[in-house]
Amino acid sequence: MAIFEAKNIYKKFGDTEVLKGIDFSMEKGEVLCIIGSSGSGKTTLLRCINFLETPDRGEFYLNGNLLFDAADKKSHSDEEIRQKRLHLGLVFQSFNLFPQYTVLDNVCLAPLLLAKESPDYKKNKKQIREEIRAHAIELLKKVGLEDKLDSYPCQISGGQQQRVAIARALALKPDILCFDEPTSALDPEITVEVLAVMKNLAKEDTTMLVVTHEMGFAREVSDKVIFMDNGVIAEMGDAEEVFTNPKSRRLQEFLSVMK
Amino acid sequence: MSFLDVTLKLLSGFQDTLLLFFFTLLLALPLGLVFTFGTMSKWKPLSFVTRGFVYIIRGTPLLLQLMVVVYIPGIVFNSPLVRWPIFAGNTNAAYFAGALFAFVINYACYFSEIYRGGIESISQGQYEAGQVLGMTKSQIFFRIVLLQVIKRIMAPVANETITLVKDTALAATVNVYEIYFMSREILNSEFIIWPLFYSGAFYLIFNAGLTWLFRHIEKKLSYFRS
Ligand SMILES: Nc1ncnc2c1ncn2[C@@H]1O[C@H](COP(=O)(O)OP(=O)(O)O)[C@@H](O)[C@H]1O
Ligand SMILES: [Mg+2]
Repeated sequence: MAIFEAKNIYKKFGDTEVLKGIDFSMEKGEVLCIIGSSGSGKTTLLRCINFLETPDRGEFYLNGNLLFDAADKKSHSDEEIRQKRLHLGLVFQSFNLFPQYTVLDNVCLAPLLLAKESPDYKKNKKQIREEIRAHAIELLKKVGLEDKLDSYPCQISGGQQQRVAIARALALKPDILCFDEPTSALDPEITVEVLAVMKNLAKEDTTMLVVTHEMGFAREVSDKVIFMDNGVIAEMGDAEEVFTNPKSRRLQEFLSVMK
Repeated sequence: MSFLDVTLKLLSGFQDTLLLFFFTLLLALPLGLVFTFGTMSKWKPLSFVTRGFVYIIRGTPLLLQLMVVVYIPGIVFNSPLVRWPIFAGNTNAAYFAGALFAFVINYACYFSEIYRGGIESISQGQYEAGQVLGMTKSQIFFRIVLLQVIKRIMAPVANETITLVKDTALAATVNVYEIYFMSREILNSEFIIWPLFYSGAFYLIFNAGLTWLFRHIEKKLSYFRS
């Protein structure tokens, strides 16, 4: 069964229709890359999936259960949306680390705040905090930053910041981790280190939804590729299939430009 | 009048200066935040009214506002401040309260604009990062945004605070016996002018202390960049 499914998603800003009926699904452990030219609606789609925008129409399903229904306005309260978001993680193009916290605290902050909501937090405070810390350190090791735990974001490079952001998103154990052009703000030689971390995550069967302009990465890592054009999914399929045998002319053009 | 006499008299005035300064700061700093939330409110009538109010207060002299607060009740409403029951006939307290009221409103408006600038300068990405990590609105404000705002507004708040020290002299115009009032009184009764400059030294030394304090705070906050 699909771990995540988007059905007929529409979104407009004012009079501009940005998403015009998006349908796709992904399986657990799958890496799905979204490619497409600038302005085609990729960011908007990711923002809808992470509830930073509210779709005008459509539904999301998680493990076959309805997660979000645009028609059911009653279920759009801040609190309900906040709960739904916990199933998803998002890594931004611009990292958005919290500057006043150390690398380790950036990763621990959200899990600690969340733990405080659980009824047995008071009783096992020390143990819970210790576990969160240990998990955060483990994640930071995984992204190769175990020696930067006490650094502040301003003291590390962009590539390192983005890797912290990945660890931070993983700390909440999301079902699906989304990336919006995670390497676009980075120099080419630094891009490699972030992509390496993402490749590792893919190997460990992390379910990932990645908007990217890195065609090499998309081709190598993704199980499925979506080509978005002007607010619709113009082509979708097996990575190898999409790259070697593009059907639509728009995709052929796009791929030839990206080479 | 001996140096000691002058010193004692000025010190008694400086006490009122300090009281006015501290109470203004104590009340205007939080009230400014209330005004900020008003001006930034999504409910248009509220933001319109608060913005208008802040605009008027910032656009007119504090001196005028002092006069309005202290004299309008008596002249327009036939109920002079000094005869309000809560002051129990204590005219000094009445004038001080009137001046304090005007100062608090005036400074709250300035602070509210500083806060607004600080809050609006925080990138949307910080809020969104908090949101996707499942934080509530208040967690985002208090855990993420607030300290960054404090860091950014420290310099303008320091400026405003030092201006406030000097502005307290305006309270002399509505009979608050603060230090400038006292030195002027010595001038009028004893015809000696140096106490006027002597009083200036009080302001100067106090502001030197404040400047040191703010620099210290800014240094404390320099461990991160945002
Ligand atoms: N908040 C917004 N308000 C108005 N228009 C927007 C907004 N966000 C995105 N758009 C418009 O939607 C279109 C798609 O944008 P986006 O999703 O960022 O595309 P992509 O990420 O594929 O480059 C663009 O034309 C953009 O101008
Ligand atoms: Mg984009």
